[in-house]
Amino acid sequence: MNQITIGDIVRGDREIFPPYLYTAYQSTRRRAPSLPLIEVPMTLSELTGPGVAISSVTAEDADLTRNAGTGGEAIGQRIIVTGRVLDEEGLPVPHALLEVWQANAAGRYLHKRDQWPGPLDPHFLGMGRCLTNTEGVYRFMTIRPGAYPWKNHHNAWRPAHIHFSLLGPTLRSRLVTQMYFPDDSLQPLDPIFNSVPTEAARQRLVASYDHEITESEWALGYRWDIVLPGSAGTPFENVEGQA
Amino acid sequence: MSTLPVTPTQTAGPFFSIGLLDEVGTRHVLTQAETAGERIRIEGRVLDGDGLPVPDALVEIWQANAEGRYHHPVQQSELPQPPTFLGFGRSGTDEEGWYWFETIKPGSVPLALDQEQMQAPHISLTICARGLLNHLSTRLYFSDESANAGDVVLRCVPEERRTTLVASRIDQDQQVVYRFDIVLQGERETAFFQL
Repeated sequence: MNQITIGDIVRGDREIFPPYLYTAYQSTRRRAPSLPLIEVPMTLSELTGPGVAISSVTAEDADLTRNAGTGGEAIGQRIIVTGRVLDEEGLPVPHALLEVWQANAAGRYLHKRDQWPGPLDPHFLGMGRCLTNTEGVYRFMTIRPGAYPWKNHHNAWRPAHIHFSLLGPTLRSRLVTQMYFPDDSLQPLDPIFNSVPTEAARQRLVASYDHEITESEWALGYRWDIVLPGSAGTPFENVEGQA
Repeated sequence: MSTLPVTPTQTAGPFFSIGLLDEVGTRHVLTQAETAGERIRIEGRVLDGDGLPVPDALVEIWQANAEGRYHHPVQQSELPQPPTFLGFGRSGTDEEGWYWFETIKPGSVPLALDQEQMQAPHISLTICARGLLNHLSTRLYFSDESANAGDVVLRCVPEERRTTLVASRIDQDQQVVYRFDIVLQGERETAFFQL
């Protein structure tokens, strides 16, 4: 593998967050900022956010196997993905909006820019939404996504993953990330997964198989907990100049 | 005290429109008929380090209403009932890198709820894209606001970079437009925040 250049501009903890410039992932080269990020105080604008007010979610939105509106069911290994959304203090984050998107069981996205010859599934859109409950718990029913070929380098394949977007209680808690599956041999080969700087942090992107979640004669269960920056309980303690 | 390590970020990739820009997720127009405030359009292009348009970026905005109140539990009691302005927008970029919102000009908001010091009117932005392993955070300020000079956050930005955060007002066809380009890298690179 060619020499990888790793930039020194990182938003957040350098032990946890990927650098913007990580040349093994080609698309970072012309999109990574090159100047230092500006340290700013956390004001009312950063310690509020839209997450709490957004609630346009129906129960069907969380079932990706049936939400295509065709009346049919998606093809693939049916799985349940569930977990808790917590703040840094370990407190549940209720009413957070989760939005997910993923490839189908064959590794194909329903998107005009995805034209590799994997089959589309007419009964699978690959999108879902749900809100966390009062205990911070979310739950999706979906199918296990296939690996996905991309043109980053020769014979490049993304490990199976589900994209997650979270809108929590504050702008500071905004999170866009990806969830991976255990025992996937493609992970060590994937520059996006490996842009996360430490093994401990990478492993926090990997769900665990949980037989307690698995439903007999129906679906396999995976657990993945998510920790958002900040504190859901007292979001205003960090304003600069305040106690 | 922090006890749990936070979840790392990953890129939104090229296909986020599947999950984020469907009919429910897209939010170009923030106003409704009852919303109070001066109607404005925010538009601009997202550009990469070669000056080329980024056709697969996501831009989200968060702003206060015309009275300087956020639609958030901490200010719920100060909003019109029922609230007429959520203050959240979400736009993709087109093939030429353009994003746009129709909204109202926000009022000034305090630094914190228990502080009298006010900030200049501004809109917070979050940018995601293929090639961004972490989202970018910044703010849009308005070129016709004298309060910019005293704004605590804007003053954190080195003086020569502050203009990258100021949207220029253009009056066209009886519409007030603020133009705000987001330059990810290179000359006139937007000042992004450690947020």
